[in-house]
Amino acid sequence: MVRLRSIAKTFFLTLTVLMAFSFLNIASAQDGKALFSANCASCHAVNKQLTGPALAGVEDRWPDKAKLYAWIKNNQAFLKTGDKYANDLYNQYNKSAMNLFTNLSDKEIGAILGYIKAYKDPVTTPIPGDPKGESSDNSLLFGILTLVLAVVALILLQVNSNLKKLSDDKEGVPALEPVAFWKNKAYIAVVIVILFIVGGYYTTMGAINLGRSKDYQPEQPIYYSHKVHAGINQINCQYCHIGVYQGKQATLPSVNVCMNCHMAINEYKGEKIINEDGVEINGTAEIQKLYKYAGFEEGKTWDATKAKPIEWVRIHNLPDHVYFNHAQHVNAGKVACQTCHGEIQKMGEVKQQNDLSMGWCINCHRETKVQFKDNGFYSIYEKYHADLKSGKIDSTKGITVEKIGGTECQKCHY
Amino acid sequence: MSKKHWQSFGELNNSDAYKQSVKDEFREDLPMEAADNGFLEGKTPRRDFLKYLGFSTAAAAVAASCEMPVKKAIPFANKPEDIVPGIANYYATTYVQDGDAVSVIAKVRDGRPIKIEGNDLSPITNGGTSARVQASVLDLYDTSRLRFPLIDNKEVKLEDIDKAVAAGLATAGNIVVLTSTVVSPSSKEVIAQFLAKYSGSKHVTFDAVSYSGILQANEASYGKRTIPSYRFDKAKTIVSIGADFLGTWLSPVEFAKQYAVGKRIDEKKPEMSKHFHFETVASLTGSNADERILHRPSETGSVVAALLAAVNGQAVSGLDDKLKKGIEKVAKALVATKGESLVVAGSNDVNVQILVNAINEALQANGTTIDWSATYNTRQGIDADMVKLVADMKAGTVGGLIIYGANPAYAWFNSKEFVEALKKVKVTVSFNTKADETTQLCKYVIPDHNYLESWGDAEIKTGYYSFVQPTIYPLFKTRQWQDSLLKWSGATTDYLAFLKTYWSGKVGGETGWDKVLQDGVINPAAAVITTASFNAAAVAGASAAISSYKKSDKIELVLYQKVAIGEGQGTANPWLQELPDPVSKATWDNYLVISPALAKTLLKIDLSVGGEADAYEVQPPKHVVEITAANGAKVSLPTLIIPGTHPSTVGIAVGYGRTEKLGKGVLADEGGKGMGANAFPFASLVNGTVAYSVADVTLKDTGDLYKVAITQTHNIYDTPQGNRTEVMKELTLAEFKHNPNEILEERDKELKPYGGIANFEKEGTIYPTFDRPGIKWGMSVDLNTCNGCGACVVACNAENNIPVVGKIQVAKAHEMHWLRIDRYYTGDPENPNVVFQPLMCQHCDNAPCENVCPVAATNHSSEGLNQMTYNRCIGTRYCANNCPYKVRRFNWLDYTGADSFGDNQQPLVDEGGLNEVVLDMNDDLTRMVLNPDVTVRARGVIEKCSFCAQRLQASKLTAKKDSRPLEDRDLKVACQQACPTNAIVFGNANSEKSEITTVRKANEKRLFLSLEQLHVLPNVTYMAKVRNIEEEGEHHGAEHKGEEKKEDAKVEHAGH
Repeated sequence: MVRLRSIAKTFFLTLTVLMAFSFLNIASAQDGKALFSANCASCHAVNKQLTGPALAGVEDRWPDKAKLYAWIKNNQAFLKTGDKYANDLYNQYNKSAMNLFTNLSDKEIGAILGYIKAYKDPVTTPIPGDPKGESSDNSLLFGILTLVLAVVALILLQVNSNLKKLSDDKEGVPALEPVAFWKNKAYIAVVIVILFIVGGYYTTMGAINLGRSKDYQPEQPIYYSHKVHAGINQINCQYCHIGVYQGKQATLPSVNVCMNCHMAINEYKGEKIINEDGVEINGTAEIQKLYKYAGFEEGKTWDATKAKPIEWVRIHNLPDHVYFNHAQHVNAGKVACQTCHGEIQKMGEVKQQNDLSMGWCINCHRETKVQFKDNGFYSIYEKYHADLKSGKIDSTKGITVEKIGGTECQKCHY
Repeated sequence: MSKKHWQSFGELNNSDAYKQSVKDEFREDLPMEAADNGFLEGKTPRRDFLKYLGFSTAAAAVAASCEMPVKKAIPFANKPEDIVPGIANYYATTYVQDGDAVSVIAKVRDGRPIKIEGNDLSPITNGGTSARVQASVLDLYDTSRLRFPLIDNKEVKLEDIDKAVAAGLATAGNIVVLTSTVVSPSSKEVIAQFLAKYSGSKHVTFDAVSYSGILQANEASYGKRTIPSYRFDKAKTIVSIGADFLGTWLSPVEFAKQYAVGKRIDEKKPEMSKHFHFETVASLTGSNADERILHRPSETGSVVAALLAAVNGQAVSGLDDKLKKGIEKVAKALVATKGESLVVAGSNDVNVQILVNAINEALQANGTTIDWSATYNTRQGIDADMVKLVADMKAGTVGGLIIYGANPAYAWFNSKEFVEALKKVKVTVSFNTKADETTQLCKYVIPDHNYLESWGDAEIKTGYYSFVQPTIYPLFKTRQWQDSLLKWSGATTDYLAFLKTYWSGKVGGETGWDKVLQDGVINPAAAVITTASFNAAAVAGASAAISSYKKSDKIELVLYQKVAIGEGQGTANPWLQELPDPVSKATWDNYLVISPALAKTLLKIDLSVGGEADAYEVQPPKHVVEITAANGAKVSLPTLIIPGTHPSTVGIAVGYGRTEKLGKGVLADEGGKGMGANAFPFASLVNGTVAYSVADVTLKDTGDLYKVAITQTHNIYDTPQGNRTEVMKELTLAEFKHNPNEILEERDKELKPYGGIANFEKEGTIYPTFDRPGIKWGMSVDLNTCNGCGACVVACNAENNIPVVGKIQVAKAHEMHWLRIDRYYTGDPENPNVVFQPLMCQHCDNAPCENVCPVAATNHSSEGLNQMTYNRCIGTRYCANNCPYKVRRFNWLDYTGADSFGDNQQPLVDEGGLNEVVLDMNDDLTRMVLNPDVTVRARGVIEKCSFCAQRLQASKLTAKKDSRPLEDRDLKVACQQACPTNAIVFGNANSEKSEITTVRKANEKRLFLSLEQLHVLPNVTYMAKVRNIEEEGEHHGAEHKGEEKKEDAKVEHAGH
C-alpha cells in the first residue's frame, strides 16, 4: 500500500511537471506561431516546400546561427557578403527573392525558429474547453448512483415505518391509519422541492444560454474549407482576413481576393473532403460555385465588375452592446486566432468553438498576460514595472489584462 | 438671501417654486394612480399587476426562445483598396452653405459620412467648427431632401428636364442667375460661361441677411466693395456695435478663435483684451462682453457718430447721460490702445458703416487690426441689385430665373412682391436641395447634391482656397447645379472635369491636385497685414445723413439671428433645433425677446418679485404677444424675458415660420404648421439697404399662452437649506492682479479642516484611496475662452448617438444632452454679466452615483472614468438623484427605436406624447448618421458623458499598434475637437508631457473643481472666468456665505 502510494505520488509529480513544461512551451511557441503565420507562412511551410523551402530542420542545415539570423533579417544584404550556402540556396530557388524582415528582432526570430523546431504535424487532440467525454460519463454514473441511493433510502424508510408499526402494534399503541406514501405530505413536499430545484436549474441554465450559439455550424453558400486553405495549404489567415491586424472586423475576403488564386486553381485535387454528415464534397464543384458568383468563365478574361457578393452566413455574433476589436487582440495582444476560434485550420465548414459569453471573455482577460515588456505602450505603468522587478508581483503570473483594467465595463461596453 | 450668480429669476429671489424644483431631481410624479386609496382600489390592482407580470414573463420567454435569426455576412464583390470595414476614412472637404464656408474633415465609416471635424490645416478656422458645421452631416440624411428632378412637382428624368429647360431658356429672353453668395471661383466661371451663352443674362447675388451696408461703405471709403479681414487677436480694445461676431456675424468660428487669444490669461503676466459691446437685444457676443451698453436700435447711428466724435476728442451730444458716459469711456479705452483697437458694427446701413470706417481710421486700425491683404468672399449680395431684379421681374423683362441657394420668397423683406413678380417669369428653375418657399414656386427643380456629395472649391478669403470633394455617392437622383449650368451652356465636360482643368494648371497637374484634395486647402504664403488707402470724402455726408435720422420714443423691434438657426439654414435640423439657444436656453421655438423692465408694463410680470417670477419661469406656457408694424407685418409670438435687452426694444429671430416641406424639424407640436413665425416681413428698405429693425411696433398681450421648452431651469439642485455653494467661480482682472492667489486661498481655506488642498483626497474621506497606474483621463475647461456657442453640444450629439427627444419631451425636462452649457447671470438684473459653464459628467473619483446603484451598472475604472453600462442598468435613477451636478440623463421613452419590442413610438406620437421628429430621426435614412462604435440606448436606462470612451479605446489601440506610450496627438474628444477656441483640453493627466498636465500647471491659480468640498474628486477641472473690468466687484464664488457653508458641506458629506 505504502509503495503504491509513493508510486502514485511520483506519477502525479511528474505529470504536473510535464504539464507545466508543456504549458510553458505552448506560451512561447504561441508567439512563434503567430509570427510564423504573419511573416513566413505565405511562402514557407514547415514540412512542405512552397515558394520557399520547407523549414523543418533549418537551424541544423545552416552552418552558423548568426548567419541564419542575418539571412532572415535581410537576405539581399546577406547575399552580397558572398556566403556560399546562401547563394546556392538563392540559385536553387530560381533567384526568387525573399522578403526583407528588418523589423523582426532576434528574439522574435528565435521564437519563430523555436516554433519550427517544436512543430509536429497536426494530430487530433481534444480541444480545451470542450466538455465532452469523461465528464458527461461521470455525471451519468453519479446520476444512477444517486437514483439507486434514493431508492434504497425510500425502501429503508418504508421498512422503518413498517417496523415501527409492528412494534407499536405489539405495545398496543393505537396505530394511525396508514398513509400511502404518494399521499404522504412529507414525500410530496420533498418531491416538489426536488422538482423545483431541478426545474429551476435547467430553466436558469437555459435562460443563460439564450442567444448563445456554441457549436453553430451553418451550411454556407459555398463549402469553403479552412482545412484545405489554412491547414493543408497553409495560407496565412491575413491573406483573406485583411482587417484582423488593422481594425475592429477581421473582414471576409471579397470575391476578387478569392479569384486571385482561383483564376488558376480551377479544380480540387487534394484529399477527399467529407463534411459533417459524412457526405463527400466535390471540391471542383464548389470552385465552380465561386466562378458563378464571380461571373467568371474559364478560358476567358475575368471581368471583375460582373462579380456578385457571396452571402455567407455569419457564425460569430456578438450582441450590439459589445465592442470587440480584432486588432486589439491579434495585433496588440498577439493572441492567436485559434485561441477564440478553435483549431480553425482543421475545420471544414467553420463551427463556433466557444460560446462567446461574457464569462468566457472575462476568464481569458483574467488569465492572459499582456505584452507588458514588449509593447512600449505599457512603459507608462512604472509602478508595475518596479513591482515586477522587486518581485512584488509574481512574474510567472505577470501583468494580466485584468490588472490593467481589462475587466472593467467600459472596455467593451460603450 | 440672494446669490451672486443666478441662473433664473426664481433663483435670484429664492422663490417658492424654485425651492420646490431644486428638491426633486425628477419633476413629474410617476404615473401611479390612486395612491391615496391604496393599490387595491387603484385602476391597476394587485391581481391585475400579477396578471400583467405573468403575461409579460410568458411573452418575453416565448419571444426570447424563438429561433435565433440567421445573420448574413456579405463582403464586397470587389473591395475598393482604401475601404476596410470598421475603419474610418477621413476626407478633407469644405462645408459650404449660402456663402458660409469652413474647411472640414469628414469622417467616413463604411462609406457613410458620420462626423464633421474642423480642418487643422486651414489658418482661418484652425480646426474650429460651429454648431451649424457640426450639425451639417445630419442634413445629408434629411428625409425631406428632394430626391429627383421635378417639373410642376412631378418626377421626371434628367434628360427630359434638360430638354425642357433648354427649350425654355432658348426662347425666354433675359435670364437671371439668382444665387446666394458663391464663394467658389470655378463656379463663378461656370456662371460666366452660362451668361456668355445667353445674351442679356446676368448674375444677381442675394444674401438672406444682407451685408450690403458694409460692402458699399467699404467701396466708398476704400474703393473696394469687399470686407477686410479683422484681427481680433491683435486688438487690445474691441468694440462691437451690434455685431454678433462670436455667434453669427461674418466668420464667427474664425473670430471666436481670435477673440480667445485676447481672453486667454497668462498667470505670470495677467493681461486681457477689453471688449465693449453696444447692443439692443441680448446676443451671444454681448453676453461675452466685459461691458455691455444698451441702446435703442434707432440710436445706432447716433452712437456711432458720438463714438467717432469722442474718439476724435470732440464732445458727445444728443444722447442720454448713461449712454453718453458709456461712449466717452469706450472712446477713452479705444484711444488709449491706438493701433491695437478695433471697432466693428453689424448694421446694414451704409452711413453707419462709413462712420465705423472713420473711427477705425482714427484709431489706426487700418493695417493693424484690420487687414486688407485678404478680403472675405463670403458675403457679396448688394440689396440694390435685388431690388432691381424684383422690379425687372415685375415689369416682365426677366424671361428666365435660375435659382441656386437663394430663397427670396422667404427671406426677402418684400417676399409678397417677389412671389407676385415670379409669376411673370416664363422659365423658373431651382437647384435648391429642398422644397423651400421659393422652390415650391418654380416650374423646374433639379435638386443639387448635398455638399458631402459634391465636388467644388471655395475661396473663403482672397488667396485662401478650400476644396470640396464627395465623401459618399449621391444618395438620390440629384445633380450638382454647376453640371446643369454647364450642360445648358453647351459645354461637353462635366463640372468635375471643368474643376480639374481649372485647378490642375494652378496646383501642378494631377499630383498637385491629389495633394490639395488631401490637404483640403491652399493657403497663401505668410500673410502680411496690409492697409488700404482711406478716402474720407464720404464721412461728412454720412455724418450729416445720420444726424437727420429720426429717433424713436416708441417700442422698437430688432430682427436677429440665432447662433444655431442663422438665416434659416438650421431650421429643419433637429440637432440645431434642440440645441438650447446660448442666450435664452430655449429650444425648438421662435419667440419675442423682451426686457424685464418691459415685462412689468406689458405683461404685468415683475421678475424681482418671487411669486411673479415663478408664474413666468416655472410654468412653461408663455404669454403670447401680437406684434404689429406700420408696414402691415404682424405676428403673434410667445414672449421670453431676457435680461440684457434694452427696455424699449424687443427682438425676434429670423429663420422660423418655414414651410412644412422642409421636414419634421420645423413642425410645431400641435397642428401641421411651421414653428414660430417669419420675421423677415418686418424688415424694410431704408436708404437703399435692408434695415433689420423697426422704429415703432405695437405690442398687444393676446392673453393666450404658448408652451416654450426652455432648459435653463432644468437640472438645478440645491441643499435643503438653499445655500448651496456655487458650482462656478468668477473674478475680475483687477482682483486677479491684486491677489492672484485668491482662488487658491479660498479653496485652501475651505478645505483646511479636511487636510487642505494637498491632502484633501486622503483626509477628506474614511474610504481608502486607490492607485491609478497607467492612464488617468482628465479634462480642463477654461471659462475665460468658452463663449457658450454650443458647437461642443452638437458635436457630442453626433459622436455619441444622443437622441433627439422633441419639444414636448424637452418641456418635461427630458432632454438627453450629455453636455450642457449653463448660463449664469451676475449683477444688474436688467443688464447682467453672463458666464457660460459647460457641464458634463465630472467623472468623479469618489462618485456619489456609483455608491447608490443597486446593480453596479455605474462604477469606476482604473483610468478614472465613471463608467455607465447600459445593458446592466435597470433604470432606478438613484444615480441621477444622487448626482450633485445633475448630468445624468434617463431614457424616459423609446427615443431611438432601440427597444426589443418594436413599434412603440407611433402610439406615443399619436397620443401627443412625442413629436413626429423623433420618428423622423429613426428613419432608416436618418439612422445612417449613427456612430457604429457607440451603443444606441433603449428605453429605461440612464446615460451620460463617457469622455468619448470609444475614442479613448481607439487612441490606446493606436499607441499599442505603434508600441509607444499614448500621446496627445492620438486623441481628441468630440467636444474638445469641435471647440473653436480650444477652451476644452483633454488627455492623460498622469503623463508629465500631456497638454492637460501643462495647462493645469500653467493655470494653477485659476484652477478650481466644481463643488470641490463635497469630496467627489472630479476629473474635470475648470479655470475661473476673469472679467476685464476695473472695479473690484463683490467677492466671487460663495465666499460671502461664510461659516454656515462648511456646516453644509459636512451635512452633504454625511449624506453619501
